[in-house]
Amino acid sequence: MIETDWLWGLGGGFLIGLAGAMFPLVNGRVMGASGIFGGLIDGTGRDTWTERLAFLAGLVVIPVGLVPVLSPETHLTENLPVILAAGLMVGFGTRLANGCTSGHGVCGISRLSLRGLAATAIYILAGGLVMVSARHFWGLI
Amino acid sequence: MARALFAVLAGGLFGIGLMVSGMTDTTKVQGWLDIFGDWDPTLAFVMGGAIIPMAVAWRIAARRRISALGTIMPELGEQRLDPGLIWGSVLFGAGWALAGLCPGPALASLGFGGTGGLVFLLAMAAGMLAATPFRRTLSRRAARGEETWISAR
Repeated sequence: MIETDWLWGLGGGFLIGLAGAMFPLVNGRVMGASGIFGGLIDGTGRDTWTERLAFLAGLVVIPVGLVPVLSPETHLTENLPVILAAGLMVGFGTRLANGCTSGHGVCGISRLSLRGLAATAIYILAGGLVMVSARHFWGLI
Repeated sequence: MARALFAVLAGGLFGIGLMVSGMTDTTKVQGWLDIFGDWDPTLAFVMGGAIIPMAVAWRIAARRRISALGTIMPELGEQRLDPGLIWGSVLFGAGWALAGLCPGPALASLGFGGTGGLVFLLAMAAGMLAATPFRRTLSRRAARGEETWISAR
């Protein structure tokens, strides 16, 4: 970790929190990425599809404008089976649990939701176990 | 129209925040989860920074029933810890660790994440669609009050 990373983390986190604060107060909705995207593709959110699509458009397109300034790198693995398996698990798991890092994590913890707190504790624990096993024991990633 | 406009703004701000905080970089997420490696605490600062304005927002929301654009404020709802929440979170955590991406950053990095990022997003969408029948079963069971492990309001 570079020494100023925590500051960027805190500042970026604050922007995430501003977006997450604005969404319920202005639009009356919880800002959860898996719910907004999932509801759009599986049809359960068809009543609010314009709002979902607009949110996703902003989320995908607006960061591209900052690419020249921040020159971000994703460092995603090139191991195709790992990408596919991980994507399937993230998609299936977040829909089954009804939320991910934004909905259960940021939005849930900040209102002391039991479900948000429990989900966050579980996915961090499971993630830590898989991370340590996959990297240090199986040499997968 | 106003709802769509503010949704674009919220989505854009969310995406910029993810990018600035480093959460679109999979090494930062995997560095947080890998406690036996070169541990990276950045994610905790991101969560902390996000929870501060969010906590204020929920306090304001608690005093209102209607949002600024006239929709009903999201309620907390019944707090059930059910198998869907628990096993879903286990699976999500496992996939999150393997790739270092969760749904928000996967979408925010789509524009600069290359083919791998697009493949991840498509696999994630497929996983979400595959969850649909399980979601139906879970909500049927919940409606009958079955398989609730802990319940509180």
